[in-house]
Order: sequence, then structure tokens, then C-alpha cells
Amino acid sequence: MIVSSRPRVARTGQYALLACYLIFLAFPLLWLLSVSFKGPRELVALHPSIIPSDATLENYREAFTQNGILHSALNSLKVATLTALLTTLVGLPAAYVLARRKGLVSRIGLGWILLSQMFPLILIIIPLFLLLRRLHLTDSHTGLVLVYMVWALPFILWMLQSYVRSIPRDIEEAATADGATRLQILVGIIAPLLAPGIVVTLLFAFVTAWNEFFFALVLLQTPSLTTLPLKLAQFVGIEGVVRLGPLAASALVATIPSLLLFTVIQRWLTRGLMSGAVKG
Amino acid sequence: MSVASGARRFPFRSRGRAGAGISGAEAALLLIPALLPILLLSVAPLVRGIYLGFTDSRAGFGVHTHFIGLDNFRALVHDQLFIDSFKIGLIWAGSVTAIQFVLALGLSLLLTQPLRLRWLARALALVPWAMPSVVVGIMWKLVFQPQAGVLNELLRRGHLPGSEIDWLANFSWALPAVILVGVWAGMPQTTVALLAGLQGIRDELHEAAAVDGATTFQRFRTITLPQLRPVILAITSLDFIWNFNSFGLVYVLTEGGPAGKTQLPMLFAYNQGFKYGAFGYASALGDAMVVVIAVVLAFYLWGRLKETA
Repeated sequence: MIVSSRPRVARTGQYALLACYLIFLAFPLLWLLSVSFKGPRELVALHPSIIPSDATLENYREAFTQNGILHSALNSLKVATLTALLTTLVGLPAAYVLARRKGLVSRIGLGWILLSQMFPLILIIIPLFLLLRRLHLTDSHTGLVLVYMVWALPFILWMLQSYVRSIPRDIEEAATADGATRLQILVGIIAPLLAPGIVVTLLFAFVTAWNEFFFALVLLQTPSLTTLPLKLAQFVGIEGVVRLGPLAASALVATIPSLLLFTVIQRWLTRGLMSGAVKG
Repeated sequence: MSVASGARRFPFRSRGRAGAGISGAEAALLLIPALLPILLLSVAPLVRGIYLGFTDSRAGFGVHTHFIGLDNFRALVHDQLFIDSFKIGLIWAGSVTAIQFVLALGLSLLLTQPLRLRWLARALALVPWAMPSVVVGIMWKLVFQPQAGVLNELLRRGHLPGSEIDWLANFSWALPAVILVGVWAGMPQTTVALLAGLQGIRDELHEAAAVDGATTFQRFRTITLPQLRPVILAITSLDFIWNFNSFGLVYVLTEGGPAGKTQLPMLFAYNQGFKYGAFGYASALGDAMVVVIAVVLAFYLWGRLKETA
């Protein structure tokens, strides 16, 4: 977009700058990777190097077998999967209405999405905690899934409704003329056309729940229920300084699912976001 | 693939065709499964949370809650910890947002250039978005480790000062250190937004200016920046809000220490609410956070909009 009058000098400068960005963005990741392959002796050595001199998989073995990391990962998997399914199931019909009716409800709905960003979580979590305690849903995965669903819904509604808008109404009108019911239209016509949007929604909700920390910290007490981020944070507190290797390994393992899924959806995610933003 | 282009091919034509024939009852039926949970578990708690700031609510069963008017806020004004934590919050949110904006603007301008390895920078810039904030915290803790960390090792090898510092436990360096992590963690959202804004600027504008003999910098100042203005205002405002309200990252890095030097408002409120059980006081802190955010944004947006007028 910006073409310099002195191309070669400018190009060199641009590459130098790009190199700086690459280093800034990549070096903490490389260091995490490096520590995760180091043995205990190398970790306390005075002059650490970025390439492990004696690479070992011991840290990964420990991450999977000790400290209940695997158990927490299974908890996270369960919570994130349920959140993804429930959020999409509930969000799809609502997003359809928001996209197709440009009324008061849509405007209030979208206004709420923006407004809700402004409020610190502490204002929501205390009453939510009191409410869930009365329903005996604190310290349970059911309560956590409900909270995650509500937390992910605004953004997901925003995204899904922009996908619905991209489906021409003529198709629906033709189906109505042929005598199809609303449910038949939703299930038979809209849902298949929305398939990419639905996949993005599912994965996004999954990643959101998989990564979440604050609600889990407040709501979960029983050790056997802890999700992965919570487990890792406890790990830092107790043994983090002593056992850096297993900590790095489990942190990396915890990132892999979200990183993989995110790679799949990031293109769609940004497009859905932007087209929604432009069309408001 | 073609979701966005599909949207362009089939524009939202007439307002007249009322909702492709969705009746009010049908619409309500389809909305309720999403709307009811949002009302019950998000809107209602929020309203109650705002109200709790005016009560003496405490954790524990069977405790009676009384309306106490502005007492919490009177106590806040005299609470040095509150004043410190909000100061830290403003420094943190302001610096992270500003640095992030400058870095993301530079990166997104670079990414519009036909450079090799551009794909790698693009991919790397998105990685923090996918990472759990707890993992980002752990990763940077490893970087900042006083003996085994990579930062101090690089300083030692370069014979630079500071290689003895325990960054996250140092009274003067802990806050700058967590700000650096905040910048790293928030790069994706800002870069993506600015990149989308840049791609929305029509090439003809630049071409016309180039024909008129405008230099690169002149074109940046007179075309790119003004065209990007709405995106810049939106993303910096959002970044500020997100940063001021952030919790997980700093909780893992320092837990607010050393001696409260990195105690962001949310960490302070969390401790008040869930360590000491002072639900009313913690909610009052939340109310104060909303007021601070609203005031800062009002000044910021007002100042920016006046510039254009």
C-alpha cells in the first residue's frame, strides 16, 4: 500500500523491522518449548541455552502421569465440549431471529453485547456465585457450563447472525411458497448453509471454555473437579519454581488443543467478526 | 471461504419484507432459549452486583444484607490500597493499550507489504489469542526467571546491566515487566482490527496521492491515519477496557505482588470478595471501576472527536 520512492533502502528497513517483530513474538514461545525438553540438572545450570544440550521427554511423561494434570485435562475436555454444544444449540435459533428481524430486540441485543464488555467480572461473579450456591450449582461442572454458555453467547450471537445475513432470503421465501414450515426451513435449509458458521461457533465456544480461568477459580473448590488452567495456576504456586520442566511441558500440552482449533477457525473468525462489524 | 463475499453478493435488500415472515410469537419462541439464560445469569446478576456495592453483603450462609448507602464508597476514598490499585490499573491499562497500538500499527503496515516471511509474522501474531492466559503467564514467568530465565541470560551474554534482577519480584521492575507481557498477549486483537481497517482503504486514494507527488510519510498522515480513525478509536477503547478489567495474566505472574506493586483493580476486588468475604466492598470496587472506565473513555473519545470537528 505504501510504496517508497527509494525502494531498496526502504525494503531493507522493512525486513529489519519484521525481524524484530518475529523475535519479539516468537522468543517466549521458543523458550517455553526449550524448557519443556530440559532435564532437571540443565534447568538449574547457570548459563542456560536455548537449545537443550541433553533433550529429554521426561517432563512430558511426568506431565501426563503425575499431579492429576491428565484428570484436569479430561475435566476441561468435558466442560468445553458441553459448552460448545449447548451454546451453539441455543444460539442458532436466536441468531436467526436477530439477523432476520431488524427490530428493537436486535438493537437491544447488539447494544448489550457492546455494553457488557465494559463491566468488570467482579460485578457479575458475586451475585452469580450467590445464585448458583442457592441452586447447589457452585463447585459443579453443570454450573460452570451454564456460566460459560452465557459468557460466550453474546459474541457467538454476533458472529452467527452475520453468517445468517449472508444467506439470501429468496431461498427461504421459495421454500415458504412451497409450503415448508419454519422448523423445516431452519433445519433443512438454513442449518446446512450455515455449516461453516456452525463449525466456527462450536470451535470458538470450545476454545473459550478450554482457556477460561476466572470463573473456574471462583466456582470450583473440589480438587477432583478442577479444570486445566486452574490446575496449572495451582502448580505454579506450589512447585513452579522447583519443577520448571514439567510445568513447561504441561503448559504446552494445555495449549495444543486451542492452538489447533484456532488455526482452523481464525480465518473465518476474523471474517465473521469484520463482516458483522461492517454491517452492524 | 466465501462467507464475506457471499454477504456482498446478496446485500440486505429491503426493510419492507418484514423478517421473511417471522411472526412475533415465532420470534419469541426462537429467542427465549438464548435470551432467558442471558437475562437470568448475566443481566440480573449484573444489576444485583451494581446494587451490592451499596450494601454490607458478606460471604457465608444466613448473613443478612443491609442497604448502607454510600458507606462503602466513603471507606474507599480513605483506603490507600484502593487508591494504589486504581493508579496501578490506570498505568497498566494506559501503557499496555498505547504500546500495543503503536506496535500493532507498525506490524499491520508491514503485513500489507509484499515481504517474505510475512505469513510467519501473521501466524505468530495470532498465537497469543489462542493461548490460555494462564499459560501465557507461566511462559513469561519462565522467561523472567532470575537464574534460569532467558532474559537474564541474554543480558549476561551481552554484558548488559540488569542481569541480576529478579524482574517479577523487584519493586520498580515488576510493573514494567507485567506491562510487557500484557502487550505481547494483546497483540492479536489489535493487529487483526488494524489490518482489517487498512485493507478497507481504497488503493485509488494512495495512487492519486502518489501521482500528486506525496511522500510515503505524507500519505500515511493524510490518507492512512484519517481513514483508519474509526477502527483506531474502537480498538484502543476496547483494549483499554479489557486491560483495565484484566485478571488472569497478572494473577499467575505475580498475584499482585511484590507488596501490591502489580495489584490491578480486579485482583484487589477478587481478594476483597473471595479472600476476605467482603462482597459489598468488592462490588463497590466494581462500581468504581465502571465509573473510572466511563470517565476515561468519555474524555478520550470527546478529545478525539473534537479534533476532527
